[in-house]
Amino acid sequence: MSKITATQSRPLSPHLQIYRFTPTMAMSVAHRITGAALYFGPLLFALWLLAAATSAEWFDFVSGLFGSFLGRLVLFGYSWALLHHMLGGIRHLIWDTGRGLERDTSTRLAKATLIGSITLTVIVWVVGYALRGGF
Amino acid sequence: MVQITLPKNSQIKQGKVWPKPEGATNLREYRVYRWSPDDTENPRVDTYYVDMDDCGPMVLDALIWIKNKIDPTLTFRRSCREGICGSCAMNIDGANTLACTKGMDEIKGAVKVYPLPHMPVVKDLVPDLSVPYAQLSSIEPWLHTETPEPATEWRQSREDRAKLDGLYECILCFCCQTACPSYWWNGERYLGPAVLLQAYRWLIDSRDEATGERLDKLEDPFRLYRCHTIMNCTQTCPKGLNPAKAIAEIKKMMVERRV
Repeated sequence: MSKITATQSRPLSPHLQIYRFTPTMAMSVAHRITGAALYFGPLLFALWLLAAATSAEWFDFVSGLFGSFLGRLVLFGYSWALLHHMLGGIRHLIWDTGRGLERDTSTRLAKATLIGSITLTVIVWVVGYALRGGF
Repeated sequence: MVQITLPKNSQIKQGKVWPKPEGATNLREYRVYRWSPDDTENPRVDTYYVDMDDCGPMVLDALIWIKNKIDPTLTFRRSCREGICGSCAMNIDGANTLACTKGMDEIKGAVKVYPLPHMPVVKDLVPDLSVPYAQLSSIEPWLHTETPEPATEWRQSREDRAKLDGLYECILCFCCQTACPSYWWNGERYLGPAVLLQAYRWLIDSRDEATGERLDKLEDPFRLYRCHTIMNCTQTCPKGLNPAKAIAEIKKMMVERRV
């Protein structure tokens, strides 16, 4: 077996700095980031429930916060993260069965995850606004 | 551990721009990573201009042309020049591949050449591959048997032999190994796609009688399960093999032997 030589002074070759992102690599990163974001989403939901259990004033305050433009933007982002992570999870489930791992198929699956999550998020919000009967 | 930035001694500095060859009209720009152990300088990226009317079509042709015509100190590994030895594996245009089978016409703009990513550099484009080689040897990539050796060869049905297709063709260039972010962050403990593809090659071999022991050795949160299906291995393999699929099959074998 080859002996591992001392490499203390040897530089480390560049990696992330030079590697060209592929759809699968980008969606792997996105899956991680959306997964982390999902830790914070339930906090918003818990806050809303907590306010509802406290008093009408608190509920109106939190509802107003979530209903503001910035609040809706955050909720929009959260719903996208949720759907994106869900579709990513399904993609990984397919891969875990040994299917869809070919070079082209895996790239298509990665792209489909992104297109699918954006489409589903828009549909959810359009349906949501339609049910409310306006903005 | 995930360390996104490069250590201080590895940060890349502005390099030298070498003069254009005289009288040449059809030039191709090359930006090549340089580092020498003979001085205390940081790595740098040098710019060369290759005369395309005097040079073959592959990236390796251009590197040899630079070495012969401009800068004899440029250091890289190469041997077969036909994609079977795996020596000239390097990062070209942002992806790992073999310089000898990568055509310059596949690349837009200046050709950027770096050593295989996240490896200690011996010199210029030559990485130190001791760790992947040691990992390969750790999976004992040879036939393990208990039964007495037959008088002739170990027999195998056509169907069983076909299971080795897509695995035996691996030339151990380590393009996939060094393309894997999981391997970048946990290269000491995660075996990496090239080594796991080899592990699967022996797991699936109908003649091998150590399948259980081989799986036992792989059943480890790091050695096998650091694969997160990022797919860089399969995307980059210059031989068109599928290490990600081989790893998925090992994970399936792990589940199947428990139920």
